[in-house]
Amino acid sequence: MKYYDKLIFELSESGRCAFSLREAKVEVELPDNLKRQSPLPLPEVSEVDVVRHYTNLSQMNFGVDTGFYPLGSCTMKYNPKIDEEISQLPEFRDAHPLMHSEGLEEIYSQLDKALAAITGMSHFTFQPCAGAHGELTGLMLMRAYHESRGDFGRKRIIVPDSAHGTNPASAAICGLDVVVVKSKENGLVDIESLKPLLGEDLAGIMLTNPNTLGLFEKDIKQIASLVHGCGGLLYYDGANMNPLLGVVRPGDMGFDIMHLNLHKTFSTPHGGGGPGSGPVGVCEKLVPLLGIIRTSAFHGNTGVIIKALAYILSLGKQHIALAGKYASLNANYIKESLRDSYKLPIDSVCKHEFVFDGLLEPNGVSTLDVAKRLLDYGYHAPTIYFPMLFHQSIMIEPTETESKQTLDEFIAVMKKIAQEAVEDPELLHSAPHNTPVGRPDETAAARQPILRWRPE
Amino acid sequence: MSKVIPGLLYSESHEWVKVDGQVAIIGVSDYAQSELGDITYVDMPQVGEQIEKAQEFGALESVKTAADLYSPVSGSVVATNKLVEDDPSLINADPYTNWIIKIEMSDTQELDSLLNASAYESSL
Amino acid sequence: MLQPTKAAYKMTEHFAYFPHTEKDVREMLDRISLSSLDELYSDVPSEFIYRGDYDLPDAMSEQQLRNYFEKLASRAPRKKVFVGQGAYDHYSPSVLQYICSRSEFLTSYTPYQAEISQGTLRYIFEFQSMICNLTGMDVANASMYDGATAAAEAMRVCISSTRKRNTVLLSSSLLPNVLETIRTYARFSGIELLEIPSLEGQTSLEALRSLLSDQVAGVILPQINRYGVVEDHSAFSEAIHQAGALMVEYCDPSALAVIKSPAEWGADIAVGDAQSLGIPLSYGGPYVGFMACRSEYMRKLPGRLVGQTVDAQGRRCYVLTLQAREQHIRREKATSNICSNQSLMALWVTVYLSLMGPKGLKRVNDLSYEGAHELKRGLMETGLFEDPFPQRPFIKEFVLKPLCDVAELQQALDGAGYFAALQTEEGYVSFCVTEKHEAEEVAEIIRIVESLKQ
Repeated sequence: MKYYDKLIFELSESGRCAFSLREAKVEVELPDNLKRQSPLPLPEVSEVDVVRHYTNLSQMNFGVDTGFYPLGSCTMKYNPKIDEEISQLPEFRDAHPLMHSEGLEEIYSQLDKALAAITGMSHFTFQPCAGAHGELTGLMLMRAYHESRGDFGRKRIIVPDSAHGTNPASAAICGLDVVVVKSKENGLVDIESLKPLLGEDLAGIMLTNPNTLGLFEKDIKQIASLVHGCGGLLYYDGANMNPLLGVVRPGDMGFDIMHLNLHKTFSTPHGGGGPGSGPVGVCEKLVPLLGIIRTSAFHGNTGVIIKALAYILSLGKQHIALAGKYASLNANYIKESLRDSYKLPIDSVCKHEFVFDGLLEPNGVSTLDVAKRLLDYGYHAPTIYFPMLFHQSIMIEPTETESKQTLDEFIAVMKKIAQEAVEDPELLHSAPHNTPVGRPDETAAARQPILRWRPE
Repeated sequence: MSKVIPGLLYSESHEWVKVDGQVAIIGVSDYAQSELGDITYVDMPQVGEQIEKAQEFGALESVKTAADLYSPVSGSVVATNKLVEDDPSLINADPYTNWIIKIEMSDTQELDSLLNASAYESSL
Repeated sequence: MLQPTKAAYKMTEHFAYFPHTEKDVREMLDRISLSSLDELYSDVPSEFIYRGDYDLPDAMSEQQLRNYFEKLASRAPRKKVFVGQGAYDHYSPSVLQYICSRSEFLTSYTPYQAEISQGTLRYIFEFQSMICNLTGMDVANASMYDGATAAAEAMRVCISSTRKRNTVLLSSSLLPNVLETIRTYARFSGIELLEIPSLEGQTSLEALRSLLSDQVAGVILPQINRYGVVEDHSAFSEAIHQAGALMVEYCDPSALAVIKSPAEWGADIAVGDAQSLGIPLSYGGPYVGFMACRSEYMRKLPGRLVGQTVDAQGRRCYVLTLQAREQHIRREKATSNICSNQSLMALWVTVYLSLMGPKGLKRVNDLSYEGAHELKRGLMETGLFEDPFPQRPFIKEFVLKPLCDVAELQQALDGAGYFAALQTEEGYVSFCVTEKHEAEEVAEIIRIVESLKQ
């Protein structure tokens, strides 16, 4: 990767043009008070300027296609190219959302059926454009369900302290009061702390299973019966669905509502932070409510939905049985291979991901230093400082699409970094050294925010 | 070791209070600023606002975290520190000189429930 | 079409996306001291292990997959699109698909590791800048899911930016799906909504004035409304600000090259969908919403923000900033639950605006205007329509009151390969013409409608 220092605006030269449009015979005519008065400082560049500029930018970026991306809770699998190509078929690409389209409707209905089979839910809505959007939509459905039964007093929702930050944020936006339930030392929900939180004002509980430590909530049956017992519903945060793919169905565990992250579990590319897709599935009794909730403009992110169906069809009933298992195998393999160098706070079989609490012999080297040094070796860093249950969290999720060779190389590098921490901690404090830019001054960025380019 | 100044009162949520007659001058402790790291923004209440004891009156933000500020006393806000608002790093540099707000107390008895310096120090 | 067949699955079965060989699996299990893959799930109560056959089709090869979807595509025939209503069929230059398919952009995640994400961070910074330039606002975020959710989030910003106010006014001339999305969000956030009626195809200032009160936190207005009308918001901002509320303009950013910007109208927040800036229709998504505001509301913005800074060696670089507003730090106190943006779609928009520049974007409007006005003139001449708002200016989209049978009209157009004359809630038919459409197509639509006169 090389450093390239330009903004597109800085290439601008008045009079240059990169558009190719026929001449217009007339100009827009509007009453004066409706016309734009201020200048429009967009770049004036040539087509080759645009192509080179963005190609240069792309070369300062790291994707799954560049190398191993063990970012915990993000499920950075390989994204098949055929899925991409299919989603761009002209018939799909050029369809207007308000047009009747048998072919596209069939895609939605096939994906609905497939997701129902995989999760044990009845039906899905595809409106949510991301995981957090799915959570919000799912919680709206939870509230709508209680209200449809004339039950208006259920305003509390239980969220474990280890949950993704989106869970409490989504609940708050949905008008629910968040009650935090503590984790036990082994990272699982403490049933005894849960019991006093139950009651007639409980809307439900949000759970990620396996949780953000990669541990399966063994007591899920008891949790489900306690929550259902007081009239609440169970929400499944599908961010961690990958290890259960082909092994366990959330519907069978007693979950009433769930979302899936198609961009995680079903391998649609993350696109630098989106577009994703967060379809919400519900059990039979909530199906009638699916039609009343509109949380986005049209049918959700159709392009992503097409790719997810393509991925599922390539897995088929045969390969799906191994997806989750290989994901878990890969995670456990890294965990067991590195436990002599990194602190393993919870020693148990994990699922698709696990958490180290920094180096065994830190020697003043932080998790941030380790993460930055990994960049020098050509890896994306794991998720760091999450979950907040530990001070030096390093959360690693390899996914099933990585080979033993890739994992072995990563393990060797992680050990080497642990060695470097002992021998030359300064090397790590000042890492990365081989990237287009070094550590940015984030404090300066936040104290004096510069959030846009301005014309001179 | 975090610095604790004698003569000030402290809350368990790491605010300090300097009493000046009916007015409580409020800031955050050295421990609080060091836990937060480089403070990037101070969210302040408006002058004139009524605040209850233990109520949130603002927040400190750093790059990777944020901490709500809780009022150690009840009363109305009579001043906010503009210097700190413009340059939050002052709190990192000297948390005991650089106060955040002043409150005209409605009940000075509330001060009794706060910690003195040695009690606060031993709570850290 | 897809008959599942029973087929025993062997672990060694070839599958392109799983690199594990039998030997690998054996060695890996040895390392973790387990004897089988099933043991990885020994902590899962056995009743929850799914032992059935998944009700899925047999695995498809790449060729089978291609055939399957091509067959579905043949059941989704392409039409010439002459409808807008929130999704606009503008031309998407070939550079866009080419650049946006680069896998360094496509297969990366949110740019948490700034040192190896300068590509994403830089284009988001450019996107934020371009949205500011179009809207005239001070700050824009890194993008939203779509226009409808951006409007719903703007409603929340109004509430959080004002004290003890819980009502938001919505113009009834906003697009129907935008209204519906805002209503859904409001219902569960406990926000009161009141609708401002329209008069002769535009939001009524008189009605707005009568609804403003000290309970109103914000007012959401369309710059170009569901009838395609370019609304006149003269005196709106004075009325709204006098009442202590925020003014939100919902806009079509493509038209901002020629129409008054939200800042020029005095708005505090601008939102909208940037699909009209080069993103293909794609049956409604992925699109990209945007939100921009005056600097005093910067910290109330939902979603990601990219800021400029320097690295250890003083080189200019970019980072995610002001994160203390966000869910991963603030949890239930965050400004929003949003964690992703529509990053790749923001790249589409950024590349599009780079190609178009101010002159290209103006040309897009001129060509759309030319076609739409020609179409409307021709349709009116058939005598089969009435113009409900003859005095109102429009650019590319307009509605007519049909005096003929709508089903018959739509069928005739559909038969000739046109998707046009979409019926609205009010019983109008809606048309939209963009620069993609040639004069011959406009003429053909008019001929088809003409032929219905017999």
